[in-house]
Amino acid sequence: MDQQLLVDIIVQIIIIGAVASGLMAAFGALTVVERKVLGRFTMRYGPNRVGKFGTLQIVADGLKMFFKEEVIPKHVDRLVYLMAPGVALVPALLAAGVIPIASQPLVLPFQVFGSTITIYPWMADINVGILYILAVGSLGTYGVVLGGWSSNNKYSLLGGLRTSAQMLSYELPMGVALLSVLLIVGSMRMTDIVNFQASYLGGYLWLIFLQPIAFLIFYICGLAEAGRSPFDLPETENELIAGFATEYGGMKFGLFFAAEYIHMIVLSFIISTVFLGGWLGPFAQQIPVLGIVYLLIKVAFIVFTMIWVRVSIPRVRFDKLMKFCWKFLLPLSIANAAVTALILAILFF
Amino acid sequence: MINQLKDVVTGSAEIAKAMGVTLKYFFKKPVTHQYPDEPVEVYPRFRGRHVLKRYDNGLERCIGCALCAAACPTDCIYVQASENTDDQRYSPGERYASIYDINMLRCIFCGYCAEACPTEAIVLEHDFALAEYNRWDAIYTKERLLQPHDPSYIVLRSDEEFKLAETWGKK
Repeated sequence: MDQQLLVDIIVQIIIIGAVASGLMAAFGALTVVERKVLGRFTMRYGPNRVGKFGTLQIVADGLKMFFKEEVIPKHVDRLVYLMAPGVALVPALLAAGVIPIASQPLVLPFQVFGSTITIYPWMADINVGILYILAVGSLGTYGVVLGGWSSNNKYSLLGGLRTSAQMLSYELPMGVALLSVLLIVGSMRMTDIVNFQASYLGGYLWLIFLQPIAFLIFYICGLAEAGRSPFDLPETENELIAGFATEYGGMKFGLFFAAEYIHMIVLSFIISTVFLGGWLGPFAQQIPVLGIVYLLIKVAFIVFTMIWVRVSIPRVRFDKLMKFCWKFLLPLSIANAAVTALILAILFF
Repeated sequence: MINQLKDVVTGSAEIAKAMGVTLKYFFKKPVTHQYPDEPVEVYPRFRGRHVLKRYDNGLERCIGCALCAAACPTDCIYVQASENTDDQRYSPGERYASIYDINMLRCIFCGYCAEACPTEAIVLEHDFALAEYNRWDAIYTKERLLQPHDPSYIVLRSDEEFKLAETWGKK
């Protein structure tokens, strides 16, 4: 095998590992940050006993998760039951693969074993980026459905059924909302979407200004996809104990938990990239490191709004949830796409 | 169609309003009391643990009359009186309490004992942290009750703080 290719593959594997562990670390941090932010919203401090300002709470929670007894109930379908948390987590991690975090690749100034090392700010710059995100995002539904089904428990089953119905329905307006973005940009490649936003008005023609309705629809559907409040019907603790996760404990529950939060983080990355200009910001094109900072700021803001929504809006009833999706969001997104197409046709033909 | 549009507009306005309310609270100071680290404020008339008082010259106020035990609705006070002698004088009067026990597991902190006391010897002060590792330790003897008791984790609430507390959550 060509040595350059081998080195490139090794570098890529290291980056993938780093991103995956980074996302897991972000999940740990986010659980604590969310509790602290929720606490502030309700005039409490949130966790502040373990370590300075409760920073070591992550460690405490992680240790608790790992050292809990692994109970597998007798009545479950063992193989599927054990597989489901992983099936939920992996697609959430996978979607992070196509997000560009900076403007250009970094070529290291020295050579290793005679080959140059190039660090790309994306893991895969595939030309069907958005399609890939939609496809992988809906795969995450399987984990929840399988978990609910294999638990052989009525609460779990109801939770799993609700998830499948909810996530499949919200997939549609989400896709159509992205379609109106695609009509403007003309490419599904994530780097093209960012470069399009960079090329007008000095890098401030973010797609949220062109497509505010698509942004709102995508945001709402994203909340539903990640199972966040007010669309956390899969695990409504008041009526379904814990929904699909009722029979899970210890680290297996931890994986479901991680899947939800990583889904939320990756979704914030996608929203920031597609609608908020990704790494764009003052001097981001000259200094790529600044781009990462800008992207992280945007992601943090979106995550904050998700927590804000959770604390503000009560859970939606299930039939209203479906009605809202099929009778309001879907027609609205289609109308939005149609109007976009019409305007583009008038402008460019 | 028009009604649906109206619903959308009013619904969005309501959601925006709700988000505004929660954001307003985000920037407020938490009302949580960090109890073991910070002292707790109690109201001046809060009835906590009993304390037996002394006169300024060091003599006990209690004269062993057992009116407190008679007034106690739960019978948690036991008083045994003895005669003062000129050699051993505990209180100014003829008699003093040689045994004075209060069972804190039975006490309901009604304050009738303090009301009944003719010499204002027994007073309900502000300590509320009365947990014990042993049930028998919950029976407070005279020696413990006579100790001046002013725990560091309790402070009296001032009037200004009382007014501030009235406005919590309002503005």
